[in-house]
Amino acid sequence: MDHKAPQPETIYKEIQPQRPIYRWSLSRRQFVATAGILTGGAVMGFPIHGSGVTVTEVEQPAAEAGNIPLQLTINGKQQQLTLDPRTTLLDLLREKLQLTGTKKGCDHGQCGACTVLANGRRINSCLSLAVTHEGEQITTIEGLAQGDQLHPVQAAFLEHDGFQCGYCTPGQICSAVALLQEARRGDASYVTADLRKIGTADLTTNEIRERMSGNICRCGAYPGIVAAIEEVHSPQKREGA
Amino acid sequence: MNSFEYKRAEQEQAAIDAIVSGKDAKFLAGGTNLIDLMKNGVQTPSRLVDINRVPLTNIEAIPGGGLRLGALARNSDTANHPLVRKNYPLLSQAILSGASPQLRNLATNGGNLLQRTRCPYFMDPAFPKCNKRSPGTGCGAREGIHRRHAILGASEQCIAVHPSDMAVALAALGASVRVRGPKGERMIPIADFHRLPGTTPQVDTNLQPDELILSIDLPQSLYAAHSHYLKIRDRASYDFALVSVAAALEMQSGSIKSSRIALGGVAHKPWRAEKAEALLAGKQPNAATFEAAATEALNGAQPLKQNAYKIELAKHTIVRALTLAGGVA
Repeated sequence: MDHKAPQPETIYKEIQPQRPIYRWSLSRRQFVATAGILTGGAVMGFPIHGSGVTVTEVEQPAAEAGNIPLQLTINGKQQQLTLDPRTTLLDLLREKLQLTGTKKGCDHGQCGACTVLANGRRINSCLSLAVTHEGEQITTIEGLAQGDQLHPVQAAFLEHDGFQCGYCTPGQICSAVALLQEARRGDASYVTADLRKIGTADLTTNEIRERMSGNICRCGAYPGIVAAIEEVHSPQKREGA
Repeated sequence: MNSFEYKRAEQEQAAIDAIVSGKDAKFLAGGTNLIDLMKNGVQTPSRLVDINRVPLTNIEAIPGGGLRLGALARNSDTANHPLVRKNYPLLSQAILSGASPQLRNLATNGGNLLQRTRCPYFMDPAFPKCNKRSPGTGCGAREGIHRRHAILGASEQCIAVHPSDMAVALAALGASVRVRGPKGERMIPIADFHRLPGTTPQVDTNLQPDELILSIDLPQSLYAAHSHYLKIRDRASYDFALVSVAAALEMQSGSIKSSRIALGGVAHKPWRAEKAEALLAGKQPNAATFEAAATEALNGAQPLKQNAYKIELAKHTIVRALTLAGGVA
């Protein structure tokens, strides 16, 4: 199939903090970006307008031969893009759309920091070319909360100290959200005792550990991560524990 | 990553045409291995033919017995399909022992068969010697670090092992790979699909570059009630096998009617131990029987300095897998 050369275009994007839970603060990335703009000029103070930087222009690469048009929905927002086909989904999110919640750890599918949901399924966004996701619904860590209301898994990670440095956390949380759906659906794991028995998965601690093994935490926050997932999966069980 | 031309194919024929018309073109499915290798510069295709939309995702019963697994069904969907779990739990278990949930959600059945070795001398072009990556340069592993490498079927040129768990279960179950190329369709028995390295370790399989995998076909299930996939690795999970064993028993009146034993992590291809299987026929499932089979399976193993431990490890893993398969623990 031949792709028509895309029209030169510049897409203006409103980059609003997706879920401004801490409205008074600039994110580190926004701070770095803002500081960069101010470098060399008079220090005019930080432009705090309640929600940080509000409008950012995203330059699309010129219509180069071989660039591919792509349409997909990210956190409920439809995106029309033209991409170098080498762009991974991870680099599209972070470098082109400024959705930097998704982290680049190893960039080789070995750490899980880049985990996002594609049509509800958890995947490593670092090993997946963005152009293969035409028409799909992508959910990142920025898309989990409902306004100021954290996703239950996010709240449980806070409650149970499911992190220390926090770098792996967006991937851990996206992975955990999918894990809970998989368990409800009855998906099995390598430690499931009887694979021939079909039904809802019994999420023991051992099962959670196996099912989260694609997400590495160098700080070793695993006990908190497992506790957070147990809490969301079966709150009554943890209360009794 | 090198520049490449990206083409999206919606149908089998269009996919094959796009491969035939392109120089150094490759199919792109889940991409979990290919994209990784392209990032490292180990593979530099000039064209990628995205086949993710080709309708090869079905898993369906074959009339007269057996199960057809679409080449583009994802590993996670295959492992969790009710017919696979009920009739081929060995395959579910093997798939679920590999990679991570995220990777299995991307990886396809066809792609799993075609994944390349994770030998570090192959994976990193900073190592000058690798006959698989650059034929004629030598084998860095043979004279370097090789504790994870082959003990069976290796050659002077290459001691890499095949990384797939799924393929080990498929070898035990006697699967066939249905492929299509410009000359039409053909079936490749799984035993003939992967190659031993010999003097051409750059060639992993007998699949031709212009052939597309359509499905993996499983024969009627004889082993659903008594099978086990046991994987031994450095970490508890999310790691490649040091040794793995797919063990399956067909029981009749308390004795073994037939059996299957295949090993992973020990050779350039899934290693079926047919002589060991023959030893089990008609025997009682007990430790002495299993130990005799394990000894036979490792007959002819040729370890190097750092991987001799795999012989003893493989024997124990075979005995343990057969014990768990037979339910005689």
